[in-house]
Amino acid sequence: MRAEGGAGVTPLVTLRGVEKAFKSGTVALQNVDLDIRDGEFLSLLGPSGCGKSTVLRIVAGLTTISGGHVQWRGQPSLGFVFQEPTLAPWSDVFDNVWLPLRLNGVSRRDARAPVEEALANVGLTGFERAYPRELSGGMKMRVSIARALVLKPAVLLMDEPFAALDEITRAKLNDDLLSLRANLRTTIVFVTHSVYESVYLSTRICVMAPRPGRVVAEIAVDPSVVRDEEYRLGPYYADRAREASTALHAAMGASKCA
Amino acid sequence: MSRETIEDYLFPALMLVIAIAAWEAYVRLAHVPSFLLPAPSEVMTTLIQDWSTLFASLLITLMTTFEALLAAMIGGVALALIFHLWRPLERAFFPFAVILQVTPVISIAPLLLVYLSSGEAVLVCAFLVAFFPILSNTALGLASADHNLIDLFELYGASSWQQLRLLRMPAALPYFLGGLRIGGGLSLVGAIVAEIAAGSAGSGSGLAYRIVESGFRLNIPRMFAALFLISITGILIFLFFTALTYMLLHRWHDSMRARER
Ligand SMILES: Nc1ncnc2c1ncn2[C@@H]1O[C@H](COP(=O)(O)OP(=O)(O)O)[C@@H](O)[C@H]1O
Ligand SMILES: [Mg+2]
Repeated sequence: MRAEGGAGVTPLVTLRGVEKAFKSGTVALQNVDLDIRDGEFLSLLGPSGCGKSTVLRIVAGLTTISGGHVQWRGQPSLGFVFQEPTLAPWSDVFDNVWLPLRLNGVSRRDARAPVEEALANVGLTGFERAYPRELSGGMKMRVSIARALVLKPAVLLMDEPFAALDEITRAKLNDDLLSLRANLRTTIVFVTHSVYESVYLSTRICVMAPRPGRVVAEIAVDPSVVRDEEYRLGPYYADRAREASTALHAAMGASKCA
Repeated sequence: MSRETIEDYLFPALMLVIAIAAWEAYVRLAHVPSFLLPAPSEVMTTLIQDWSTLFASLLITLMTTFEALLAAMIGGVALALIFHLWRPLERAFFPFAVILQVTPVISIAPLLLVYLSSGEAVLVCAFLVAFFPILSNTALGLASADHNLIDLFELYGASSWQQLRLLRMPAALPYFLGGLRIGGGLSLVGAIVAEIAAGSAGSGSGLAYRIVESGFRLNIPRMFAALFLISITGILIFLFFTALTYMLLHRWHDSMRARER
């Protein structure tokens, strides 16, 4: 099925009335409706503790839900990038990126081409033999992204991937992520608590509110607008940022604590 | 020579030389009889004179320690894996582990000597003290893998074997090596303690037996010579495991980072 993400096409993933209560009694999510559409860059924007990670884990099938339902169209292959690089410290860069292939029975020899390609995509050619410890925070995150991309997933799930990085590294990685997406045409779901990051990257932003976690607003960002420094300084960007910011504040105000 | 080399190696070596020289000087100047405190030079002479006996004992102590440690390593790792695969067993085993670990080995040794030959009792003592640090460290290591990495393995549909082999085991390696370093030192302690407990009744002929024997004969220089060899054994065990740990972990583990200044 070659869908283009327009209205009427079944989304890649559909969440309807999803509820998640932990054994501790915490209701992390209540009545969450969310679609993940082909080719989009969807940001989940919200304060910490509003259930963004939980949504991502549900989409990845890593946790169960206590109500509602989740529908995957076919069996979309997934890639996952965590807030921490989460690399195996005992493996070098090549072996870390090889891991998803290896778990699928691909030998080291057969993995060479796809691993090299994934590393080239994140600008890390030549670092195959380095150990995670020897890399900077930004480079580790690039390895983590290469690992998530090596199976050419239909959907790339990213949980605040750049939150721990400095501003300059973060801006660079944002741009690199955008060009990666342009080349690979991967659907991306990106969790962030930064209004500016979400407006810069996304084609659609879902604003979430805490206690209980739910989606309270949706902001569309024109996908045809080129994302560069000019975009960041222009009025369209400022308007979207204000819109997202207002929605975020309303969401925080609606909940009991700030 | 850099300042660091001097501080790291030369000072400690110098201190050791000074301490030994002071000991030698004290014994000579104060005319301390050698059945009270022999001079280092006399200990060395005894060591050379009695070398064939002492060396044979050294080999026996080394063999016992090594055999006990090997058994403790295999047993400890195997049990840690079984616990990992089947949790309820760990809880059931826990009281035994606590009892055996809090009971000093010296108090078990006489009992073991009732049931076993002295050679066997020494081996079992050395095994018992080395076994628990290896078991508990390995079990802790197997349980300590990064949760996000576990999620990742699950996301890619890894089998339990793949998860064990590619995630749990490497994550447990530093813990296991830590247990091995502790167990290595302790198994020497266990072997010595059991031999001392067996004492003159023992047919054993390890280094501790030489100490007991020399004590009875008031051959104090030989006691010191045997003691010296025990220290050397301990140091060798320590160095061996430190080198092994460095070899296996230096590329990736944070505990080795201090070496990069
Ligand atoms: N494993 C868990 N057990 C109990 N509560 C949890 C667990 N994981 C998350 N929570 C709770 O669920 C809520 C949402 O968490 P999370 O999805 O991590 O939020 P976010 O990613 O937006 O910061 C929080 O209140 C958090 O404390
Ligand atoms: Mg989170």
